[in-house]
Amino acid sequence: MELSGGQVLIEALKEEDVEFIFGYPGGAVLHIYDALYEQNSIKHILVRHEQGATHAADGYARATGKPGVVLVTSGPGATNAVTGIATAFMDSIPMVVISGQVQSRFIGSDAFQEVDCIGITRPCVKHNFLVESLETFAETMKKAFHVATTGRPGPVVVDIPKDFTTPGVTVPFDYSKPVEMRSYTPAVDGHPGQIRKAVDLILSAKRPMIYSGGGVVLGDASEQLTKFSRLLNYPVTNTLMGLGAFPSTDPQFVGMLGMHGTYEANMGMHDCDVLIAIGARFDDRVTGELESFCPHAKIVHVDIDPASISKNVKVDVPIVGNVGQVLGEMVKIIEATDKRADSEAIDEWWAQMRAWQSKDCLAYELSDKVIKPQAVIEALWRATNGDAYVTSDVGQHQMWAAQYYPFDKPRRWINSGGLGTMGFGLPAAMGVQLAFPDETVVCVTGEASVQMCIQELSTCLQYGTPIKIICLNNRYMGMVRQWQEFSYEKRYSHSYMDALPDFVKLTESYGHVGMNIDKPSDVDSSLKEAFEMKDRLVFLNFVTDQTENVYPMIEAGKGHHEMRMNPSRELA
Amino acid sequence: MRHIIAVLLENEAGALSRVAGLFSARGYNIESLTVAPTGDPTLSRITIVTSGTERVVEQIIKQLNKLVEVVRLTDLSEISYIEREIMLVKVRAVDSGREEVKRLTDIFRGRILDVTESTYIIELTGDDQKITAFLDALGPDNLVEVVRSGATGIARGEKALKI
Ligand SMILES: Cc1cc2nc3c(=O)[nH]c(=O)nc-3n(C[C@H](O)[C@H](O)[C@H](O)COP(=O)(O)OP(=O)(O)OC[C@H]3O[C@@H](n4cnc5c(N)ncnc54)[C@H](O)[C@@H]3O)c2cc1C
Ligand SMILES: Cc1ncc(C[n+]2csc(CCOP(=O)(O)OP(=O)(O)O)c2C)c(N)n1
Ligand SMILES: [Mg+2]
Repeated sequence: MELSGGQVLIEALKEEDVEFIFGYPGGAVLHIYDALYEQNSIKHILVRHEQGATHAADGYARATGKPGVVLVTSGPGATNAVTGIATAFMDSIPMVVISGQVQSRFIGSDAFQEVDCIGITRPCVKHNFLVESLETFAETMKKAFHVATTGRPGPVVVDIPKDFTTPGVTVPFDYSKPVEMRSYTPAVDGHPGQIRKAVDLILSAKRPMIYSGGGVVLGDASEQLTKFSRLLNYPVTNTLMGLGAFPSTDPQFVGMLGMHGTYEANMGMHDCDVLIAIGARFDDRVTGELESFCPHAKIVHVDIDPASISKNVKVDVPIVGNVGQVLGEMVKIIEATDKRADSEAIDEWWAQMRAWQSKDCLAYELSDKVIKPQAVIEALWRATNGDAYVTSDVGQHQMWAAQYYPFDKPRRWINSGGLGTMGFGLPAAMGVQLAFPDETVVCVTGEASVQMCIQELSTCLQYGTPIKIICLNNRYMGMVRQWQEFSYEKRYSHSYMDALPDFVKLTESYGHVGMNIDKPSDVDSSLKEAFEMKDRLVFLNFVTDQTENVYPMIEAGKGHHEMRMNPSRELA
Repeated sequence: MRHIIAVLLENEAGALSRVAGLFSARGYNIESLTVAPTGDPTLSRITIVTSGTERVVEQIIKQLNKLVEVVRLTDLSEISYIEREIMLVKVRAVDSGREEVKRLTDIFRGRILDVTESTYIIELTGDDQKITAFLDALGPDNLVEVVRSGATGIARGEKALKI
């Protein structure tokens, strides 16, 4: 088969089973767009801003486990994509971004719409390629998908000079050759000796904690995690990225840990004697002050990336490998031995856990005058039977969604944890809805965040993605305001969202449905009404309590055992 | 502690900037970095001299290994190895100083490559210690220009960094 560069790209995408490509045209990719016009196996989604394309592809990838694909032009197209690439990079999301580049002979001449895309994206990609010739394009695409999806996943950029996509200039197309990269051989199987050592330590625990993270979601290993945890009957806590990998409504689950984690999860971390870290990377939002992190614990750490191990916290039993495989092996070993953990000690540990839980750290003061944001999330959980795909933006609303919407399945909770990118939620929800047209997809957002990619409402209309936008409108950059309240003596410097648009009219002007809700008694009924509009995008603007804060909280420099609790509760 | 790390890298455009970028982005120390092709034209060899706590050096090695274009690497300072660097130094040499500089060059087994009425250019090969000692002996006031290549290194015995 003789193909032009544009056709090579299309065929490569077909070979990779790509369903959607999120993109925006421009000079350097016009040949590719012409090739797209000629075919109908790959659906192109025309976004309204390249950042939206990257977040939509990212949301698609997080929900499906398949790589998201993006197509942008050179120069401003590529730079607009950078935020989304960095977002995917920080959360290890598989993504392939194809960027147009000026003609190869003009590279380095400050040509029209030339930027050094390889240089700009280098620090925020897993890898990037500048295509060297039309002859190597197909092979480069194959490598890009291979690198993006294997080992610790991540975004890969393929920068393709325009002259390699010229129509009529063709090469034979062959995609059958397996990828060979001597310099890239990610580990898969954990070392058997280390696994046995870990099991010994795990079974000797008296106060164990299972701390699992995004790696379990990325590695599709929630079944293995659940089996492993049930077999041991140890308390399980998840990072923000790991939520849903272990069922949140299971009594063995003690909530999220870290800065806005539960009291019981964090106290458990502080007092545990064996910490079992699985596909989690000891982020500073999780560890708090390192000096007082898990002071009594021996630590097992399973991670596919050797560089995640002992990066922030020195561990005792490192295991480099795929979580699913390693957990599977551990289960086999435990099932085959008679050795069991000291059940009296574990019972005692659970009694301690239940005592911490009785503090009811997530309880909040209800009101019949003003809508409490937490109450909206709880109502959302009821309205969706706890089974929606929920994307979020960044801020207080993100934390409340994580705390008050217990996820029972992996890949349902979709948020930007590592980079914390405001503007992520709406385009991500669009990507999820495209992947699963019949599922309920919700975007929990704030009035500040949602404005960062609001233009994608137009894309949602064009492709009919009936997402439900739950805007917790507190007229503040609430998360910023909270920090200013706690650490800057309430000097609310530039965190007030003045001159807000009328979100109902705004949504309507984009051809969707808008609803304004300001009475607590209307929360449930408005949600019901919105979810009944199965084919419509509905923007629910909840006017919420402006002063509400996210609790509990570990403040800067504090340890897990020094949480700040909701003051309204402590008075009660 | 000072570490000398040898890296085999795919000989591809942009590969070096990934290594250099890694060090600057993560705030790792670079004392010196040299790069050149190897006997195998598809590979380059980089030698990096860095320093840091054990934890930092462990991360440096892991992060280098994580770069897709890094084929193999070794921390030479963990094993028995030979280190060499070449230095070209232009020194002021006048009056009685000329004899003294020549004597020092002989002691350190350097070579004088160029002579003018007031300067010598000396070539010296050695490890970091020897080169530093030579510079100290010459004295800072006499140095006109110092050009160091950066260290290279190789393991002793059977061990070899190759594919
Ligand atoms: C406003 C805000 C507040 C936040 N507060 C909190 C908080 O209170 N608590 C909290 O937990 N987070 C919080 N975060 C998120 C935090 O910043 C980090 O993103 C998060 O803690 C990282 O989660 P993780 O450790 O699960 O790692 P991820 O970023 O999910 O990384 C996954 C790890 O698993 C490994 N891995 C990937 N695939 C596999 C596989 N197949 N097998 C084995 N290993 C694999 C990777 O190498 C990596 O080390 C907050 C973020 C924001 C924006
Ligand atoms: C692109 C970007 N800019 C700035 C920030 C810093 N930041 C984190 S949360 C936040 C406020 C978010 O406000 P809003 O969307 O209204 O959410 P709320 O906290 O009020 O729920 C800001 C500005 C960020 N995370 N991302
Ligand atoms: Mg707000």
